[in-house]
Amino acid sequence: MTWLEPILLTIVTASTPLLLAALGELICERAGVLNLGVEGMMIIGAVCGFAVAHTTGSMSLGVIAAVVCSMIMSLLFGFLTLHLLCNQVATGLALTILGLGLSGLIGESFIGEPGHKLPQLELPFLSELPYVGRLLFAQDALVYISILGVILVSFVLFRTRLGLIIRATGDNHRSAHALGYSVRKVRYGAVLFGGACSGLAGAYLSLAYTPQWTEGMTAGRGWIALALVVFASWRPLRLLLGAYLFGAVSVLQFHAQAYGIALPSQLMSSLPYIVTIFVLVIISGNKQLTKINTPACLGKPFRPDR
Amino acid sequence: MRLELVKRQEHSRLMVVVSPILAITLTVILGGGIFALYGVSPLEGLYAFFIEPLNSYWSLEELLVKAGPLILIAVGLCVCFLSNTWNIGAEGQFTIGAIFGSIIPILYPEWTSGFALPAMILMGAIGGMLWASIPALLKTRFGTNEILSSLMLVYVAQYLLDYLVRGPWRDPDGFNFPESRIFDSAHVLPKFGDGRLHLGVLIAIVVAILIWFLLSKTLKGFEIKVLGQSPRAGRFAGFSSNRMVWFGFLLSGAFAGLAGVFEVSGSIEQLTPVISPGYGFTAIIVAFLGRLNPIAIIFAGLLLGLSYIGGEAAQVSLGISNKMTNVFQGMLLFFVLACDILIHYRVRLVNPREAGNDVA
Repeated sequence: MTWLEPILLTIVTASTPLLLAALGELICERAGVLNLGVEGMMIIGAVCGFAVAHTTGSMSLGVIAAVVCSMIMSLLFGFLTLHLLCNQVATGLALTILGLGLSGLIGESFIGEPGHKLPQLELPFLSELPYVGRLLFAQDALVYISILGVILVSFVLFRTRLGLIIRATGDNHRSAHALGYSVRKVRYGAVLFGGACSGLAGAYLSLAYTPQWTEGMTAGRGWIALALVVFASWRPLRLLLGAYLFGAVSVLQFHAQAYGIALPSQLMSSLPYIVTIFVLVIISGNKQLTKINTPACLGKPFRPDR
Repeated sequence: MRLELVKRQEHSRLMVVVSPILAITLTVILGGGIFALYGVSPLEGLYAFFIEPLNSYWSLEELLVKAGPLILIAVGLCVCFLSNTWNIGAEGQFTIGAIFGSIIPILYPEWTSGFALPAMILMGAIGGMLWASIPALLKTRFGTNEILSSLMLVYVAQYLLDYLVRGPWRDPDGFNFPESRIFDSAHVLPKFGDGRLHLGVLIAIVVAILIWFLLSKTLKGFEIKVLGQSPRAGRFAGFSSNRMVWFGFLLSGAFAGLAGVFEVSGSIEQLTPVISPGYGFTAIIVAFLGRLNPIAIIFAGLLLGLSYIGGEAAQVSLGISNKMTNVFQGMLLFFVLACDILIHYRVRLVNPREAGNDVA
C-alpha cells in the first residue's frame, strides 16, 4: 500500500484537469455545440489564474480570474458561432490558436516565477482513515469540485427539466425552438459553462499540478479532453472513468522511470496521445454506440427563421 | 438593440474581396490597441511590425522563405477543407516529412550524387503522406474523428523528432548538442539571391497555381467542392466520400511533408528539436484568409509570413515581445471567420420594440 499511494495520488492530479475540461465540453456538446477551443480556453485559464494568484497572493482570486477569463474566451466563440453562424470547427481552432498566442504574451513576465500550490483541504476524521483517507479526503478544492461536478452534471442532465432542455437542444434544435425554448440562449449557457470548466482545468494546471507558468503548459490536454467526451459517449459517469484512465496513462512515464524501465522518455511522453487515438478508434468502430449517443445536431448551426 | 442576419439572395461578390481586407484592418486596429496597452505607441509598433521589414532586400527574402512553407501547406489544406475533411495535423506531417527527408543526409552522407536531393524531396513527400494516411485510414475504416486523430499525431511526431535528434541521429562531433550533423552541400536546396531564398519557395508558388487549375478547371475540382458542400449530391453523382478523404489527406500530407523537407534542406540545413514556428497551424489561418482559393492563399501566406518577421523585427527595434506574432495570427483568424459571414448574410441591427410593432 505504501508504494501504491504516491502513484494513485499522481493519477488524481493528472486526471483532474482532464475531467474538469471534459465535463464542460460534455455539456457544450450535449447542447449541440462542438467547441474545439478547449485547449485555448484552458491555457488562458492557466495563465490568468497564475498571474492573478501571483500578483495578489490570493489563490481563490486566481481561480476566479481563471474562470472569468476562460468564460470571456468562450463568449467570443459563442458570439461567432451562435450569433454570426460561423463554422464551429474553424472557430474552435481559431479560439485555440488565439488562446495559445495570447497566453504566451500575458505570461511572458511570469516565466520562472515561483508559484503557490492550492492548499489541501483535509476533511476532519475522514482524512485519517487508513489507506484511503489521504487519497480521497485530503485533496485540494478543485479535485472535490471535479468529482462533485460529475455527479451534479449527471443529475442535472438526466434528472431535471433543465437537462432535458439541454439535451433536446442538442438532439433536435428545430423541435426545441418550436416548443418555445431559445436555442441560442441554451447554447450560450452551455458554451459559457464549458468556458468556466476549462478555466478551472487551466487553474488546476498552473496552481496545483505544476504550480508555475510555462508556455504551452496545457500540452494538448484540451484536445485529450475533447477525445474523452467521445470516449465517454457523452455520459458524465463514464467521463470520470475515462479521465482517470487517461490520467493513469499520462503519469506512467514518471513511475516507469522510477522503476528503471529503460524506454525512451519521448515514447512514454507520447503514450497519452497514442492511447487517445486507439481509444477513439475502438469507440468509433462501434457504429451503433456512437450513432445512438452522439447529439444529433452536434456542430450544426441554427438560425431561427421567425 | 439586437443583431440579426438576413440571408442574401446571392452571395455578395463585393464582400468576397472586402471581407478579408476588413478582417486585416480590424486585426491591425486591435493590434495597435495591444501595443498601446504595453506602452508602445500604436503607430510606431505597427510600423515596426508591418512596414519596416519590407524596407530591406534581406528581409524581403526572409519573408518569402517564411511564406513558402505556409503557402505549400495551406494549398494542401484548402483541398481538404473544401471537401469538408479536417486535417488539423499538418504540423505533424511537416515534421515527419522533414525526418524522412533527412534520412539520406544523416544516415548516408556519402551519397552525394545528383540524385540524392530529388530522392530526399521525394522521401519527404512520402513521409508526410504516410503520416497523413493514418487519420485517413482511421476515418474511412472506422469512422474515427479525423480532427482529433490528426492533431494527436502532431505530438507523436514532435516527440519522435526529439528522440531522434537527442538519440540515434545526434551529431557525434556536435559537442553533445541535440542536433544532427550539418547537411552536405549536395543535400541542400539550390539558393537564389543573397543566399536565403531557396528552391522550395518557388515550388510552393508553382504548386499553388497547379492546385488552382485543378480546383477551377477540372472534374476533380468539381468533385471536391460537391462532396464538401453536399455529400448527398456527391453520392448521387457517383463520387465516393471515402476516396475523397484519402485524396485530401494524401495530397495535404504530401505538401506538408514537402514543406518539411524544404525547410530542413533549404533553410536549417540540419535537424534540430524544433524545426517549425508552428507553420502547420498558421497554414490553417492562411487557408481561411485566402478563402480556400490557392491564388489568394499565396497573398495570405505572404501576409502571415510577414507576421513572423514583423514579430522578430518589432522585438529588436522596440522591445515588444515576439509573442505578438501569435496574437496577431489568432486575432486575424477570428476576424476572417467573422467577416466572412458578410458574404452570405446582411447584418442588421433590430430594435426589439420596433420589431414588435411591425407584428402588431
